[in-house]
Amino acid sequence: MKVLDCLGKPCPVPVIELAKALPTVAVGEVLEVLSDDPAAAADIPAWCRMRGQTYEGADGPSYRVRRAS
Amino acid sequence: MTQRVHLDSASGLPLHPVAREALLAALEDGWADPARLYTSGRKARQLLDGARESVAAALGARPDEVTFTPNGTTALYGGIRGTAAGRARVGRHVVHSAVEHSAVLHAAAELDPTSVPVDQVGRVSPDAFAAALRDDTALACLIAASHEVGTVQPVAEVAARCTARGVPLLVDAAQVVGRMPVPDGWSVLTASAHKWGGPGGVGVLAVRTGVRFRSAWPEDEHELGRSPGSVALPAVVAAAAALRASRADSAAEDTRLRALVDRIRASVAQIPDVEVVGDPVARLPHLVTFSCLYVDGEQLVRALDAEGFEVTSGSSCTSSTLTPSHVLVAMGVLTHGNVRVSLSRTTTEEDVDRFLTVLPGVVARLRDEAGATGL
Repeated sequence: MKVLDCLGKPCPVPVIELAKALPTVAVGEVLEVLSDDPAAAADIPAWCRMRGQTYEGADGPSYRVRRAS
Repeated sequence: MTQRVHLDSASGLPLHPVAREALLAALEDGWADPARLYTSGRKARQLLDGARESVAAALGARPDEVTFTPNGTTALYGGIRGTAAGRARVGRHVVHSAVEHSAVLHAAAELDPTSVPVDQVGRVSPDAFAAALRDDTALACLIAASHEVGTVQPVAEVAARCTARGVPLLVDAAQVVGRMPVPDGWSVLTASAHKWGGPGGVGVLAVRTGVRFRSAWPEDEHELGRSPGSVALPAVVAAAAALRASRADSAAEDTRLRALVDRIRASVAQIPDVEVVGDPVARLPHLVTFSCLYVDGEQLVRALDAEGFEVTSGSSCTSSTLTPSHVLVAMGVLTHGNVRVSLSRTTTEEDVDRFLTVLPGVVARLRDEAGATGL
């Protein structure tokens, strides 16, 4: 699984990085985003909803996004 | 120099012109202690009684149910602590929505709180709220309309369910008093004069006759023992005058501001990747909130300030705690790039048009600077 390390970066940087990186994984694959910014917990799922991507959940600072399209 | 446009009335309004006159008059006539029996004291007492009757009428309350507090936050703290203390034998459980003012969350944290989730427009379900009530629930709290996204809550439906369980409902009416009819069914109600065009430093705490209540402070002879010490009488008189004046033209202002907010909602939604949040219809007349994808909220507030527009934001980078707005989080909407615009009687159509002309360019520039164009 590809990992995108955004630790220490404030929002919206993790969401911008996620938007740039998701096209680099194959459709159906999962990208793991590491972020310790408190806003990421709201903004990563919200971005997935707005972009029609699949939010797979979080485990601490690790967020999983599946590329749906 | 750029003409400044204040678009943050939900934080505080400039003093209503009528309130300014009342304040100056009350500084002349209302300086004495209203508890004293001499002529100046009786004059002050008349002013205080008149202000109380006037505010009570606006809330649909009896004058002896209404007390003035040092501000809206102490009204909430005093209301929650006082109602909980009055029902201490029942328990320490308190039910509130996930989108209350932070003062409610702070006061509830002293007790045993249950937070009821909201949907994506920020509204609680009366059934979900009722399901959270327990045998040891001392009180429930519900904001009449969200100070952050404008969504109106189903207060009457929630109140009916609380009444059925014998639980008093505290309604935080800070954003609706002076603008909209005060919803029915409250046991305890709080408001803040600064939000309706009165001066800062006047809160209102109303407690329905028959609600068990024990003051959070040592009980003294002031304000029915519910708020200690003397009130700031000239400010209270000015607050009551501002409320009368606001209510006198609230229907016309409601229509005017609703149309301006509708225009903002429609126009902002045309900017790529901007999400307008909150209920589009069942909402406060003067307030709209939106989030701009890939934009830093603090940069956005500062860039708009440089263009002459004063707005606020629920984004984490603009908060003293560096956490995003709990209201936006509870709704599951984007928290970064957030802007809240709230209009007042001084806001003109030209102000709104100018804001809507400037905003798209500011958003595009900040996205460009962040390397987020075309994502």
